[in-house]
Amino acid sequence: MLKKRIIPCLDVKDGRVVKGINFIDLVDAGDPVEQAKFYSENGADEICFLDISASLEERDTMLSVLKKTAEEVFIPLTVGGGIKSIKNIKDSLMAGADKVSINSAAIKNPNIIKNASEHFGSQCIVVAIDVKKIGASWMVHSHGGTINTDIEALSWLEKTQKLGAGEILLTSMDRDGTKLGFDLDLLREANKILDIPVIASGGVGTKEHFYEGALIGQADALLAASVFHFNEISILEVKEFLKQNNIDVRI
Amino acid sequence: MKKKITIVDYGSGNLLSAKQSFVKVVNLKSINAEIQISSDPRTLRESSHVVLPGQGAFKTCIDGILKISGMQDELNDFVKIKQRPFFGICVGMQLLAEISEENGIHKGFGWVKGKIKKLPSTKIKMPHMGWNKIKIINNHPLIRPEETDYYFVHSYYFDCLNNQDIVAETKYGINFASIVNKENVYGCQFHPEKSSTQGLNIIKDFINL
Repeated sequence: MLKKRIIPCLDVKDGRVVKGINFIDLVDAGDPVEQAKFYSENGADEICFLDISASLEERDTMLSVLKKTAEEVFIPLTVGGGIKSIKNIKDSLMAGADKVSINSAAIKNPNIIKNASEHFGSQCIVVAIDVKKIGASWMVHSHGGTINTDIEALSWLEKTQKLGAGEILLTSMDRDGTKLGFDLDLLREANKILDIPVIASGGVGTKEHFYEGALIGQADALLAASVFHFNEISILEVKEFLKQNNIDVRI
Repeated sequence: MKKKITIVDYGSGNLLSAKQSFVKVVNLKSINAEIQISSDPRTLRESSHVVLPGQGAFKTCIDGILKISGMQDELNDFVKIKQRPFFGICVGMQLLAEISEENGIHKGFGWVKGKIKKLPSTKIKMPHMGWNKIKIINNHPLIRPEETDYYFVHSYYFDCLNNQDIVAETKYGINFASIVNKENVYGCQFHPEKSSTQGLNIIKDFINL
């Protein structure tokens, strides 16, 4: 039986882990390599790094974070944030990432999904989508959620899948940082369209939220940041809770 | 004697992870071995162990090998004449088969009898991505993996002709071979280098062959 994955996400800037509340206020929460190692030894099924650096120098810092992590951590590593080109993807994979997530660049030029998946295989191409509900529709937002692209999210999901995305990282901006739980309606609607795995993101605050995301949202993987970073819940606690409730996880 | 482990670089993605995992095992277990990544077929002659990782499409991978002049001959020599331990990972394992049906019909090395076929995708997501359990089918004296979860990413599987070539199998829609072995040739459909301690243990067993 394939297990539901639990993925801690580390927002990295200047080689340090930070996490924004609704993408704005940043709080320092430690060294990324140490954190990734800690999570990998404590039940994480994958590690996700989100590079929120702005400059090229900082991008190189991220590559060295990846290299150091790959020497110590033997579970899959995904990196995203500011990936713009085939070269960025290649650099990240060569530095030790297993998957690369593309967000704004795919909105600007959807063919990057096709080119990247043909070049590197769709298994390593994750399309990250930040959505916000406006009226009755979920709309795709780019650039860290700051710009409404006027693209309807469900049609974008369908398109990215067709172009060769291997996996979708779906973040609800309405829920991100709120601790109100995943947007289950969004996840359910997305799963009606998608044949590829979906990582649910945004809003998790309790163990029950992970359970709902897996059972009702039918997410294949569940991503969280602050609840893990500030030790509010441990990954093991989440997994034990899921297991008690008949959700198959790796313990 | 010092072991010389070569990870073959034929342009298929992330070899660093594979290398790091072998380095980790060698350091942890104080094994006298050196690990190198190489795209030079001649390095196979001095190697005690060869590892063939693989990502992406079967055709891209086999073409990558054929493109390197002399690589297939040296691989054949290493496996068939010298009969030294060879380890294929993911698509690297699939290359061991006779043929693949991924996007057309393509020839593999044919060292383990069988075909690469598409996993049936009715009601389940593709690719098969994530942690899944293996079940031992034929006990192997030297490769002794724990019957637990390993990390998989694939949409095609190895349909082995001979049941005795299957060390372990995994269920995703159907049961398929997750570890194969024929004489000195070994293959894992999952990624031992990404499967935490249990994965590193398989790498250790391979290095100790």
